[in-house]
This record gives sequence, C-alpha cells and structure tokens, in this order.
Amino acid sequence: MIPISSQVKTCDVLIMGGGIGGLMAAIAAADAGASVIVAEKSDTRRSGSGATGNDHFVCYIPEVHGDFEAYMRELKTTQAGLNADEPILRKFASRTFEICQDWHEWGINMRVGGQWTFEGHAYPGHMRTHLKYDGHDQKKILTSQAKKRGVVIDNHSPITELLTGGRGQITGALAIDVSREQPELKVYRCKAVVTATGSTNRIYSSCTPAWMFNIAGCPACCGGGLGAPYRVGATLVNLDIPGMPAGPKYFSRAGKGTWIGVLRDLEGKNIGPFVDKPSREHGDITSDVWPSVFYDKMKDGTGPVYIDCTDLPEEEMQYLYWAFTCEGDTSLVDAMNQQNIDLREKMVEFGSYECTLLGRGVQIDANAATNVPGLYAVGDQVGNFLSHISGAAAMGRIAGECASAYCGTVDFAPSVEDHPTVRERQAFYSAMMERTNGPGWKELNIIVNQLMDDYCPVFQIRSGGKFEAGLGYFQDLRRLCAGSVQCSNAHELMRAAEAFDLLEIGEAMIRSARARQETRGLHRRADFPFTNPLLANHFVTITKTASGPKVDIRPAQVL
Amino acid sequence: MPPVIDQKKCTACNTCAQICCMNVFGPVTSREIPQVRYPEECWHCRACVMDCPVQAIELRYPLPMMMLARTSPRVEQRRKEEGK
Repeated sequence: MIPISSQVKTCDVLIMGGGIGGLMAAIAAADAGASVIVAEKSDTRRSGSGATGNDHFVCYIPEVHGDFEAYMRELKTTQAGLNADEPILRKFASRTFEICQDWHEWGINMRVGGQWTFEGHAYPGHMRTHLKYDGHDQKKILTSQAKKRGVVIDNHSPITELLTGGRGQITGALAIDVSREQPELKVYRCKAVVTATGSTNRIYSSCTPAWMFNIAGCPACCGGGLGAPYRVGATLVNLDIPGMPAGPKYFSRAGKGTWIGVLRDLEGKNIGPFVDKPSREHGDITSDVWPSVFYDKMKDGTGPVYIDCTDLPEEEMQYLYWAFTCEGDTSLVDAMNQQNIDLREKMVEFGSYECTLLGRGVQIDANAATNVPGLYAVGDQVGNFLSHISGAAAMGRIAGECASAYCGTVDFAPSVEDHPTVRERQAFYSAMMERTNGPGWKELNIIVNQLMDDYCPVFQIRSGGKFEAGLGYFQDLRRLCAGSVQCSNAHELMRAAEAFDLLEIGEAMIRSARARQETRGLHRRADFPFTNPLLANHFVTITKTASGPKVDIRPAQVL
Repeated sequence: MPPVIDQKKCTACNTCAQICCMNVFGPVTSREIPQVRYPEECWHCRACVMDCPVQAIELRYPLPMMMLARTSPRVEQRRKEEGK
C-alpha cells in the first residue's frame, strides 16, 4: 500500500493550487489572521498558465476611466463579460484598482512606461479595459509575498480529493506527494479550501495530436479543481460550450492579444473590420469577437489567416518583442529566431486550438463561495465569471478574506486521517501502483480526448444522438479502466489521477451540452438548428447527487 | 528533446527540476545532473532556461510545433516599389 504521511497537516485555509488566484487567496487569508497552506502540484514560483508571465490585466482605475458604470457597460462587451453573473463581475471590478497598486508596490511593473497604460483587446473608439503590465516575474513575487506572511507552501503536492463532514462541509483534503520517485499520500485537516487549479486543458485532442502537451494553457492544469469539488457536491456551470483558444498555428501558446498586427489572408486583405493597420492601442479584436475565425476560414476555403505585423514602425516592433517577454512567451520568440522568422518581413499563420474549459467550471457567488460549506473557487476554473489574471487576483483576494472569516465560525473536524475517502483512494491508487500490466495514464487521456472530439465535438456538429452514444461509451470506458490502469511511480500516479478527472469532467460536459437544446455559438446541434432567444444568457449547471448527476438551466444573474 | 542540458556547464543545482511546471525532469535529486525523463510532457514555457543560474539549458522545439510563416504581400509590394 502507498504509505500515508504520519503527520496530518492542519491549517485554517488550505489552498488547492498556487497560481495567481491561489497565491492571492493565501496572502489575503494570512493578512486576515488565518493559518494557510498552499498545496501546489509543481512549484509556485513557475507553475500554471501564468508561470512565466502575462501582460494584460482587466481593471478599473478611477483616474483613467472616471465613471464606474460606464466602465461596467464596456466590460460586459469584452471577453471578460462572457458567461459572467453580474454581481461577481461588479464586485471583481470594484477591487481591481487596489490590486494594481499592491502588485506595483510588490515589484510587478503595472505602470509600463511610467503610467497606467491601457492597450489591446479593445474596440476602436471605446473605453479600454485591459491594462498592459509586465508579469514575467509575477509568480516569484507573489510566492515571496505569501511566504513573508507565514504561508506554508507545499510544492509537488497535488490535491486530488476533498474531505467533507456530516453537514457536507469541508474538513480536509488528500494530496499525493510527488517529490520523490515513490508516492506518499498527505492528509490535510482544515476548515476551508480555496480551489484554484486553472483551466481544464487536456480534455480535447491537441491541435498536434502526436504532441499532446502542445496546448495553449499549462498542461498541468487539467481539471483537479473541478473533479474533486464535483465529487463532494459542488455545482459546475457552463460546461456545455467550451472555449476555443487561438494563436500561432502548431505552436500552441496563449497570448494572442499580445500580438500587435492585423489578421489578413494570403493576399494581404484584412479579415476583420476593426483596424486597417497594426495598432498598439487596440490590437486586432477580430478573433476575440469571432474565436473560430481561423478554423472557419480554413473550412470554407477562404483561409489560411495570418497575423501581419510588418507595418509596425521599428520602435513599435521592438516593443512587441519586449511584450512577448512580459506575457511569458519567450519560447515563441526563441522558436521564431530558431526558424529565422522575422516579424518585420513575415506574417505568421494563426490557428484555432483545441477547446478548453477556460472560464467554465465551479459555480461561485460574489464571495467566491461554492454551494459546499467552506469551499471557495477562483481563477480560470470558475464557471460563471472569467477575467483571466485580474479575475484570479481579485476573486482570490475576496476568497481569502471570506474563507478566513468563515473559519471563525466553525471548528476543526476531530480527525480526518481515517476519512472513508482517504482509505478508498489509498486502496485505489495502491492497486494502480501494484499492477504489473495494464494501460498507462496516457492511453486513458487519449481515449477521453477521442470520445470528446467525436461525441461532444466543437469543430463538428453536435446532436442528441452523439451525446447519447458518447455517454454510453464513457460508462463503458469507466468500467474498462477502473480496475486496469497501471502506474510505476509518483509522476505516473499524478498523471493517472489527472486522467480520471478528465474522464469525469468529459462525462459532465456531455450531460451539460445535451441539456442545451438549441444552437448557440460553438454549440451547433443538428437536432436543434436554431438559436432560441429565450435561452440567451442562460447557464447550464450540473451537480452530483445521491441519485446521479442533476442538470439544470438557469438565467444569468443581472443587477 | 525539449530541454537540453549542457553537461559541462551544469552545476547540478537542480533548480530546473524543482521549478518545472510539468515535472519533466522527475524528482529533484541532490548533486546529480537532472535527466529529462518526460520530454514529451514539456510545455516549452522556458522557465528552466530563464532560471538556470549558469545558462546551461537550451530548448529544442519539436518538429510538429513548426511555425508557419510567409513573407507579407505588403512587404513584397514595398520591395517591388523600391525596385529591389
């Protein structure tokens, strides 16, 4: 049997995942007097989709924007406003300025060029909502701020399960210690958990199927913060229509907003109506508005589509190359250099990547609380609010404050080491480690991708028949893999736990998609080929209950 | 395969293995030059290159990730006009 660490670690607030949201929650909870542990899959200094940087921060700055209501109106028309319950969006926006000021004081350059600079992701003539910043060292700086406040950071310790008590409330969590060759299980006892594991990224096949980790967001982020909460009763939301990232074709990398260029076809004709020449102020918002543009134009024969930066004056070109380093895209620059691609001469083909659950996942309220007492969720894994970095940062702070206050109202569970989930998972993981033959985690990940590509498709049309068949195949797969997957070390066990989460989330996605009986955006149904206006601004939710998954559809909250 | 460690420059500090978001080097080992055990799991974030204190790491990008580029028609037009 895999050993369980003899020491149960106790804290008020346990953070699941030390990304932007998790670290900001840790800092806020510690500031509010809570004892805090961050359990992180890798190392908080360089983990997650913000590992090496980001460069856009959605925020309201009074001296720049003036009227808050005007800012809110604009925010709702941008990417940030999609799939958002308005009370959360509003509370988030009201807390962003203080975070800009704190981050700048902590050493993250939020005042590029010595001032608040709003650039990119913007419609010409409209108020700009995205602050340009230099995030290349953001994770190191936030880690150091957390440590300064006494936060304990447990690196290489991915949490795989949450533990709950008699009222369904959070009492602890189970993690796998992957810091050594052989795994050990770690049990945490806590009053509250903030889950912040980022987007679910490995659910569909990569755009380069032979290279499955070539994906836009960090491949280590693959649904831990959806699977574990779902299993203890947290409601998931908006899984029915995934997000479609885009960027340089075959070199999957987030950050298309960093590029200062114009989307053009082979002959150099502009694709979108927003800009005629590269604009540092606006970027080219065409692919924000039309996320599947690259796929659609290849499919109808009018592609490929390129980003053309060649009109940029030299000074602006150097700014663009510098901006890639702020965004953490130094590998993109490195790869272009190795291939002798100079953006002064060449335009680069863009492509639509595999779909992800960025901004789809756990349902929260304006305090970042879920329906499970003591469980909070923030960042890209939240399903009814997304504002990328600043969304994670502001809601992280709010979650830390609220979780800390909640801890003052409850007691610790007397013991958690013999919790049934701990014993059941110990047996399940140990069986995988003890098998000498059987499919590895990769086979499980790949078949989940195949089933999602074909039975909950985005590039192909969907239908009730595909969903029905797909759900049957997922159940068959569960039976096939439950007693057969084999691992030989801690690393493989971590990946296997990820693959089982993907299996669970994939099934929940199909159930959610089946409930949306219309065609809307990337959700195109053969059996419901029309868009039903009555379902506009309605969110599909799914909750695991004793009698099985319960799927509902509800209106978005507006103020 | 993705991270390539210069064995002569490496001081076996294991910073790369510690900070890798994908754990491609496997567990941190003290005083041994890290091995790239799971190269296909590299995300090419380049943190190992940036954080190596002795610049002992380079990234090799796999061929399936080849970037697709061509000369902009506007650049060609400008060259024509300039008689180049």
